[in-house]
Amino acid sequence: MTYSFPDEVLEHVFSFIQSVKDRNAVSTVCKSWFEIERWCRRKVFIGNCYAVSPRMVIKRFPEVRSIELKGKPHFADFNLVPDGWGGYVLPWIVEMAGAYPGLEEIRLKRMVVTDESLELIAKSFKNFKVLVLFSCEGFSTDGLAAIASGCKNLRELDLRESEVDDLSGHWLTHFPETCTSLVSLNISCLGSDEVSLSALERLVGRCPNLTSLRVNRAVTLDRIANILRCAPQLIDFGTGNYTAELRPDVLSNLAGAFSSCKELKSLSGFWDVVPAYLPALYSVCSRLTSLNLSYATIQSAEIIKLVSHCPSLQRLLVLDYIEDSGLEALASSCKDLQELRVFPSDPFGAELNVSLTEQGLVAVSLGCPKLQSVLYFCRRMTNAALVTTAQNCPNMTRFRLCIIEPKTADYLTLEPLDVGFGAIVEHCKDLRRLSLSGLLTDRVFEYIGTYAKKLEMLSVAFAGDSDLGLHHVLSGCEGLRKLEIRDCPFGDKALLANAAKLETMRSLWMSSCTVSFGACKLLGEKMPRLNVEVIDETEPPDARPESCPVDKLYVYRSVSGPRFDMPPFVWTMDEGKILH
Amino acid sequence: MSPENGKLLPETDAGGLNFKATELTLGLPGESRVTSDGVAKLGSKRGFSETVDLSLGDNKDSNKLGQFQINVPEAAKSPVSKAQVVGWPPVRGYPKRGTKSCKYVKVAVDGAPYLRKVDLEMYNTYQQLLTSLEDMFSCFTIRNYLNDKKLERVNGIEYVPTYEDKDGDWMLVGDVPWHSSNDTYKTFKRKLNEEALYMKHPRN
Repeated sequence: MTYSFPDEVLEHVFSFIQSVKDRNAVSTVCKSWFEIERWCRRKVFIGNCYAVSPRMVIKRFPEVRSIELKGKPHFADFNLVPDGWGGYVLPWIVEMAGAYPGLEEIRLKRMVVTDESLELIAKSFKNFKVLVLFSCEGFSTDGLAAIASGCKNLRELDLRESEVDDLSGHWLTHFPETCTSLVSLNISCLGSDEVSLSALERLVGRCPNLTSLRVNRAVTLDRIANILRCAPQLIDFGTGNYTAELRPDVLSNLAGAFSSCKELKSLSGFWDVVPAYLPALYSVCSRLTSLNLSYATIQSAEIIKLVSHCPSLQRLLVLDYIEDSGLEALASSCKDLQELRVFPSDPFGAELNVSLTEQGLVAVSLGCPKLQSVLYFCRRMTNAALVTTAQNCPNMTRFRLCIIEPKTADYLTLEPLDVGFGAIVEHCKDLRRLSLSGLLTDRVFEYIGTYAKKLEMLSVAFAGDSDLGLHHVLSGCEGLRKLEIRDCPFGDKALLANAAKLETMRSLWMSSCTVSFGACKLLGEKMPRLNVEVIDETEPPDARPESCPVDKLYVYRSVSGPRFDMPPFVWTMDEGKILH
Repeated sequence: MSPENGKLLPETDAGGLNFKATELTLGLPGESRVTSDGVAKLGSKRGFSETVDLSLGDNKDSNKLGQFQINVPEAAKSPVSKAQVVGWPPVRGYPKRGTKSCKYVKVAVDGAPYLRKVDLEMYNTYQQLLTSLEDMFSCFTIRNYLNDKKLERVNGIEYVPTYEDKDGDWMLVGDVPWHSSNDTYKTFKRKLNEEALYMKHPRN
């Protein structure tokens, strides 16, 4: 007697389950569900490219059409991971070229992508549609030319924040005249000379479905009007250089072009802004939900003028030129604000150059009830401000505070900021991501371990007093997936006592801490399903006594064992041996 | 003053300089300023001393060190970046945000033995650029087409400012508005104004 539905019915039911997490859950119900699910899985997400091998993925999921891979640890963004560490995508492309001829989408983050990889993609996947290279490096415009000419049905090419070698400015001309399928094109990261403007305009003009376009700095203000008129259907637009000598005809032409874009909701770019040209945007401001001014060196008064025209704003990225006064204006104009990122205009300067303090943060938390995601760089903070912010925003899911000077205390009470961050984790029960800064003792970690039950990612720098701090986090944060720590007095005891916890996480990064080489070896020996990598550019870790601290440690769970593409300055601790 | 941490501090000189305040650390520029017990030294505003590679020679040579010490307070008055900890603050792609890019172009002058480089971002008008170039190549004069004003002659030869644009053509400086032309400049060159030369000769 059969109890279950026929396979086809189950497969049909599963097709409505798109989220990767839910799919994973479905596959663990029973063996037959596992089998059915794996044959109809179309989308795979691999948060750490070294956690599993391409062959294992292909073996389990034979019919994948979309893959997302992440490579280097997050701290690579801040130059803490030496060049050559790894994260190469080529082995994946080589395997998938044979196994997934129908592959349509590849999304990569912090991976090394070579021209060879791009050429192989263009050659191997006849129905290739989406290529997203987020913070990637290792390729040139030659590789892009191969993609442009080889992928006949390309819908999305997004190079956000990647580093591209400029070899020829004309790669855009490799898009054939027959290519009309583009929906999204983001080339904002390319340098000034890397784009043929006329080819770009022609491409934009012949793609009627293009809804997202982010150009690079080579596109000058006078060309923007032309581009916008070719693509009035745009929803998301990234300008190039927003600078020119002020001429009334150029201004009115630009204003007219913007007003013809009735669907425009998101703007970015704005390098070298001339404030006199900002009024050209006013016609779209009322509809704007996302505005990225983080490259715009305009002062507070100008920012206030612009932002006060944008009542629907949900997302704002801006430099600290906005100052407290600008944030107060934001708080009164933009009641739908959900995400705010304030970047430092002079991060390495010794002096305070703008009047941006904890007051701005408090103002926004008070005025914007929907605020969920904050990234805030400032130079002073108080516990009181953090407590108020926490109480005003109980729905906060991402909170990253960077007080520029390490170990800065509450400037009014001179106390550590433990209580302030404690309030954040206590009141914001859905907090998933947290970055700490300022003067912090082990107490803040006790609060985090006690309250931050949904926390998935924690970033710590120059904080804590002892291993107890690390122990609180590893033993208390049940949902923790990624932990990255630098310059903290955390060492062997907490790490080894919580070794099992590390298998429930994606990865742990510790640099300039006090974890000894001996402890790393022990961890690698005891935990075969963890890759324990020691990174040291000056000398091999065994050239020193075992009790010496390692420079950098990266621990991640893996079902495919130690990797074999390690550079000379990375050692894996594996079952008592040191692999190299 | 007594030696501290193995570093010898020279005697206070007659000028009463506070040597403690200008204490030179022995770290290299950019080295982490955090000691192993986690104490950061970044609070000090001794930007200048911290960015100097301190192989100043013999500490016992107090005259030399004294002379250096005299310079330090002067330099410390100007705003200088602190010694940077690697990867802190956690900002990406600095200096892309908040600062303008540099636009360096080469400047060659006919007859000069070497080329110079100027940053076009430093100037707001052609006049400023030409004045600066004049200073750089002070033995030559520059024909100023913008104001049609003859500048001071030194050796009787006038120079014309020209540039090579991205199509490879030699163009006269000044026709295109300053801002819009910024990214087409590749090399400036001074060319002998042969017409002016020719006109001068009959008079000699």
